[in-house]
Amino acid sequence: MGIEGVGARVARKEDKRFITGGGRYVDDMVVPGMKHAVFVRSPYAHAQIKKIDVKKAQAMPGVVGVLTGKELKADGIGNLICGWMIHSKDGTPMKMGAWSPLAVDKVRYVGDAVVIVIADTKSQARDAAEAVEITYKELKAVVEATKALEKGAPQVHAEAENNLIFDWELGDAKATDAAIKSAAHVTRMKIVNNRLVPNAMEPRAALGHYDKAEDHYTCWTTSQNPHVARLVLSAFYNVAPENKLRVIAPDVGGGFGSKIYIYPEEIVCLWASKKTGVPVKWVADRTESFLADAHGRDHVSTVEMAFDKDNRITGLKVDTIANLGAYMSLFSSCVPTYLYATLLSGQYDIPAIHANVRAVYTNTAPVDAYRGAGRPEATYVLERVMETAARELGVSPAELRRKNFITSFPHQTPVIMNYDAGDYDASLEAAMKAADYAGFTKRRADAAKQGKLRGIGMSCYIEACGLAPSAAVGSLGAGVGLWESAEVRVNAVGTIEVLTGSHSHGQGHETTFAQLVNQRFGVPIDSVSIVHGDTDKVQMGMGTYGSRSGAVGMSAVAKALDKVEAKAKKIAAHLMEADEGDIVIENGEVKVVGTDKSLPWLQVALAAYTAHNLPAGMEPGLKETAFYDPSNFTFPAGCYICEVEIDPETGLTEIVQFVAADDFGNIINPMIVEGQVHGGIAQGVGQALLEGAHYDSSGQLLTASYMDYTMPRADDLPSFKVSTSNTPCPGNPLGVKGCGEAGAIGSPPAVINAITDALGVVDIAMPASPSTVWSAIRAKKY
Amino acid sequence: MSDVSLTVNGRRVSGSAEDRTLLVHFLREQLGLTGTHVGCDTSQCGACVVHVDGRAVKSCTMLAVQASGSTIVTIEGLANGADLHPVQAAFKEHHGLQCGFCTPGMIMTATDMIARHPEGLDETTVRAELDGNICRCTGYHNIVKAILAASQAMAKGAKGRARQAA
Repeated sequence: MGIEGVGARVARKEDKRFITGGGRYVDDMVVPGMKHAVFVRSPYAHAQIKKIDVKKAQAMPGVVGVLTGKELKADGIGNLICGWMIHSKDGTPMKMGAWSPLAVDKVRYVGDAVVIVIADTKSQARDAAEAVEITYKELKAVVEATKALEKGAPQVHAEAENNLIFDWELGDAKATDAAIKSAAHVTRMKIVNNRLVPNAMEPRAALGHYDKAEDHYTCWTTSQNPHVARLVLSAFYNVAPENKLRVIAPDVGGGFGSKIYIYPEEIVCLWASKKTGVPVKWVADRTESFLADAHGRDHVSTVEMAFDKDNRITGLKVDTIANLGAYMSLFSSCVPTYLYATLLSGQYDIPAIHANVRAVYTNTAPVDAYRGAGRPEATYVLERVMETAARELGVSPAELRRKNFITSFPHQTPVIMNYDAGDYDASLEAAMKAADYAGFTKRRADAAKQGKLRGIGMSCYIEACGLAPSAAVGSLGAGVGLWESAEVRVNAVGTIEVLTGSHSHGQGHETTFAQLVNQRFGVPIDSVSIVHGDTDKVQMGMGTYGSRSGAVGMSAVAKALDKVEAKAKKIAAHLMEADEGDIVIENGEVKVVGTDKSLPWLQVALAAYTAHNLPAGMEPGLKETAFYDPSNFTFPAGCYICEVEIDPETGLTEIVQFVAADDFGNIINPMIVEGQVHGGIAQGVGQALLEGAHYDSSGQLLTASYMDYTMPRADDLPSFKVSTSNTPCPGNPLGVKGCGEAGAIGSPPAVINAITDALGVVDIAMPASPSTVWSAIRAKKY
Repeated sequence: MSDVSLTVNGRRVSGSAEDRTLLVHFLREQLGLTGTHVGCDTSQCGACVVHVDGRAVKSCTMLAVQASGSTIVTIEGLANGADLHPVQAAFKEHHGLQCGFCTPGMIMTATDMIARHPEGLDETTVRAELDGNICRCTGYHNIVKAILAASQAMAKGAKGRARQAA
């Protein structure tokens, strides 16, 4: 490992612009003649639109356009789609209702976009938006998924009877029922996974610019995957053909899943730019983000786990109702199915599993992938049940887990996944050691003397990352392939540009991808530029989500580097009159092994471009492209331990220590990996202790600002103890697994297991806020 | 419309703004200083923190006209030419940022915090004083580390300068 190579703790190249105010986010973009947009949104959760009168608004100062859904439809703009087909167990396709970018006849959640107002300044647009008169006929709304399934519940879409989008299953129902019937012990729980709002700190934004002379559109957008945005905007929403549409995702201020999707606002800004003849910029305010960003989680599950007399798991049965909100967002259908039920085996050898999932429409914001996407929900189900089972069986939680761990690989689970590598004992051991698990009893007794309730909880998670083999996801209903592309361009002076379809919105690709190049050729990372986020520069890519940039994106770079290396070696062998097989590239030198012959890297690069002396028949230049399609998912896993201290007088929970022991396979930059884990844990702790999106029964979002939705702040969290172990992933050339989501997946059950341990209760709702904890203590005492 | 005159990052600037224009919008839109960010509508997130007459202020809580006559430092004015401010350097060295959106506000808050605590900082104090700044990426772990390191580096630097002067 060189000082800038793979495995080195290299400070980030991209930091300089961010720490000096030089970052360039969508809201920082200015185009000559640009105007500002404000969306008029539904104040009702469910209503018919009777009349829209825009005359007053049109006459307001500075207004250049007030446009409605009717005009949008008349111009042939398409409805939003969900890109993953799920079939119900009876074979029928999922029942998707129409989602117009601007509502035409009906609104289905508070925040549904109805009218766009465009004016010289944002303040003028805001003033004019107030003057748009919309007559609604309010309808009864339903916000809870379980209630939406009841007979007589308000019907959100005509297409989905009883609001049921699909009723899907995975696994062997018969074998699982038999296991439960013949079990020595069955642990049964109802488990609720609370609804969250992703809350990237940069609000979503879009700037649409139609160039009349060229009949060409440019869209600057806060996207995790600009190429997918261009594809969908072109192929499904009929905004423009791909060659007439450039999508740029510049610096993006966090995503966590919420910026994967193509939302109504991008579509409408592009269309409105042509309609009004001016570039149109929209930037969400924070309340808009709460209302109209895709939310996460919101599952209600009943779970049964069967054990034999030796405490081995014999079966797991899960029945889940997933709230998908008012419309099916782009990947909403795969989250509670193939990203959820396929992980229900966890780290355990379970012979029979059956999962049934009903996805349901409600009058709430659309729900889609949020950091972890399905895997946190699966882990929460499994690890809450394991903890409860250990308590019921009177065995230690660690022992029960250890007894049921999968210990040989590859391991085929009953729910599709084939785990390739892992060592679950190693991370459990590492976590218990780091947490001084053995010393907990004393710490609990000491806390009790101070009048505090102390508890400890663990969680052993597994996730599937690196989405994924294209053929596999295609067979499961995905509308896209999930490969990645890379192009490596060696310039004539030896500096290098790497073009990637991955998109960095905080993950540090500009550094880690350059480390990969440094490892290969010894070129300093300052001489390597990473180009991403622009469909005019990078031909195609699938973007960043599902912890896929390392396993898939960097593997594509590695493949392109292979090709560059092979050609460079051919050129060098020719120049030095040596055998190609004897050429090695080290520390910026191209050498003939066993001799003192060598050429500087830049001379080989230059030779490729002067083309004065190349091997016969070789094309000039040194630039290669690769597409990489993985052979399997990757399976990061680990063990998290949380220790809490609760003040019984106030119900306040303090996390006194949090330990994470992860196996991410090989690591490119440990500093960045640790940062990803820290951030993930904070979001998971946020879910467990603080965060929750709450609608009232009429469908008003009660938590629509930072004064109502509790974001984790610095004084809510401790410093974390993190470590990694390594079973390299055999499925990709780098042996990496992915680390972006683990923290958010593994931590919620660890926190709740600790709190229930402290309180001596079976369950407590997330977020376990002081009032919830206080009530639980009171309910137990009296 | 009212006239607004300010000294921003050492330069005298003037312009006119609607009475309702917030300082953050004046800085971003009229002066093109887009390093100061807007992350919420309720003065909660702290992405817009700048220094007004030497104090950390959320520039979304102040009208541009209110700030008239003030001396303002934004993230763009913190470094000394090509030399990063010690807080900027510490954020880079300790990986105190990921997406970078909250970072300018964090750094401006941190420099103010360090200046107000010449006696030095501990983790509890740093965490308590970061209450007005939200980060969604880092879990604060490395931000706290960076601020503590910068505080120590600046104290050493100050002592060194004092010794030199003596």
